[in-house]
Amino acid sequence: MTGTLISTNDLSVHYPLRGKLFGPKLVVRAIESVTIDIQKGSFFGLVGESGSGKTTFGRALLRAAPITRGKATYSDGEVTYDLPSLKGDELKDYRKRAQLIFQDPYAALSPRMTVRDIIAEPLEVMGLTSSREETDERVRTIAAKCRINLEHLRRFPHAFSGGQRQRISIARALVSEPQFIVADESVAALDVSIQADVLNLLKSIQKDMGLTFLFISHDLSVVAHTCDHVAVMYLGRLVETAPTRELFAAPRHPYTKALLSAIPSLDPDDQGNAQKLEGEIPSPSNPPPGCKFNTRCPHAIDICRKEEPKLAKSGLEHDVACHRWQELTD
Amino acid sequence: MTEPLISVKNLTLRFRTDEGLITAVEDVSFDIAPGEILGLVGESGSGKSVTAKSLMLLNPDNAVYGPESRITLNIDNKPVDVFSLTDPTDRMVIRGGAISMIFQEPMASFAPAIKVGSQMVEQLLIHSDMNSARAKEISIEMLARVGIPDPAQRFGQYAFEFSGGMRQRAMIAMALSTKPKLLIADEPTTALDVTIQAQVIDLMKDLVSEFHMAILFITHDLGVIAQTVDKVAVMYLGKLIETGTVREVLRNPRHPYTQGLMNALPKLDDLDTPLTAIEGDIPSPLDRPTGCVFNTRCPVSLGLECETRVPVYTAAEGEHQVACFLADEHADEQADEQEGGVRT
Repeated sequence: MTGTLISTNDLSVHYPLRGKLFGPKLVVRAIESVTIDIQKGSFFGLVGESGSGKTTFGRALLRAAPITRGKATYSDGEVTYDLPSLKGDELKDYRKRAQLIFQDPYAALSPRMTVRDIIAEPLEVMGLTSSREETDERVRTIAAKCRINLEHLRRFPHAFSGGQRQRISIARALVSEPQFIVADESVAALDVSIQADVLNLLKSIQKDMGLTFLFISHDLSVVAHTCDHVAVMYLGRLVETAPTRELFAAPRHPYTKALLSAIPSLDPDDQGNAQKLEGEIPSPSNPPPGCKFNTRCPHAIDICRKEEPKLAKSGLEHDVACHRWQELTD
Repeated sequence: MTEPLISVKNLTLRFRTDEGLITAVEDVSFDIAPGEILGLVGESGSGKSVTAKSLMLLNPDNAVYGPESRITLNIDNKPVDVFSLTDPTDRMVIRGGAISMIFQEPMASFAPAIKVGSQMVEQLLIHSDMNSARAKEISIEMLARVGIPDPAQRFGQYAFEFSGGMRQRAMIAMALSTKPKLLIADEPTTALDVTIQAQVIDLMKDLVSEFHMAILFITHDLGVIAQTVDKVAVMYLGKLIETGTVREVLRNPRHPYTQGLMNALPKLDDLDTPLTAIEGDIPSPLDRPTGCVFNTRCPVSLGLECETRVPVYTAAEGEHQVACFLADEHADEQADEQEGGVRT
């Protein structure tokens, strides 16, 4: 249960843009210098608006997006892998240990495969079982864990509702007995009454199997309820990270504050002291100089437009990247 | 009480399909007064979008409306029976004239190869007798009004050159430029980030008071409902199960489904209470439960009675209406917790 499972240091993902033939080479800095530690057995939340790079970060950790620069290590006690240089058999082995649950359960399941075949496919591809009986046995075990009716294994996905499909997706991700799961907006496509059920399922599986989750979401209330630790991203940068309760009780970065106050309250009389953000997230191919948030920040001063703030300790486990967090907190 | 702007009575809508007639909306009635925002809440498949589309007769050809269904639009004290409009030119009053609609996905609502400005001018030319110079002027004015910087330049651009929030603003500007009496907003903020969502909600509220317009606001997000609407109607499997003022319904929900929705929603001010899901899945519209539509998932179902009899829609208190046999008993339980909290 203890120790760091995933550790990144200045991790960057850049995508080349097609520029002019003889002009300067342009890149989109999708992820820029992200340093993060994900503790073993934790439910780690990653939040941000669309275009903040949260999906790219999750994919980089799974080696599904190219790592341009920086370090990333995976260490589960049995093996330690240096992710950027991973290849061949070691990469294959890593694929068993790290899995992804997708956002849209309607797009993630092949309509031509039965539920049993969908869940069994990772076992067959990775060669984890030696006989059909063994495969069936493992499929049944994991299906029961994910509360899938065993009689449904012979059916095709079209017969199922969104919540049931998402449980099938989860079973498929878990069947290779991974240690690390990236859940990318895994409840965003579900209705509220179903969403709670899938969240509770993810939580109980995580506890039972001692898994580590990177839970990517744009919905802060969902993150507040499920995660132990939260990191907030903006334009490819990490702007704040803290234990969940601390972050929601005492956010330090102006962006985090604005994000929290923008959540519509369920009380019609609570119009909130919302600090409405002006404007929109800038394009990642043309980010502003200095602090990336300075174009929308109500507290931006000269230094914010010139110098990019570094992520610094502001508490025991609370890091924030802002020039002015101290004066703004007092 | 003034005459409602639009009055929907006993709306029933079925779709003819290969599997037979599928009921999408059953016996739905509601009124919207001028200047009022009505929120229509429900999960996917609850029939909220097709209900809204019925107001503009936008449902596909295989839609069959029930014989009892009535939709009446009151413009300048003249009632218009929506179902009697058969001629395309007569229908212009409900399609952009007195009723406008904005959709969830703003990228899909603009033609990609026609400049945004031309699309705005086109509908103004259709719905009014102004010339194109004046239409352009008004369009640019509207773009400025919804907070788009550089409106004159944006007028000549294509939808793909706009960001998501900007497109939704342009969509709102376009829908409002004909000065409709009723705006139907179908999940207008669902595709947007929270910070942009907050901006769009503020904008819509400002515009309602400025133009004295009524809005039918469709969403699945109860937080957005709480911050935006005056009255709420909750739908489940094509039936209206609870209506009332937003304060009444959100603070003192009486239907087990509405209560379940509130409990399933993660709340920021209470991180300790575990989320309670509503058991089971939404039934397929192909096999709608008999009796109360919610009985298959209801935690307090009475069994046989709920499975066989359809609960009548009754007034629980004032404007608060609920379709549940147990509504009164629930109210008592809830009242204990809510003591003193309900004020309208």
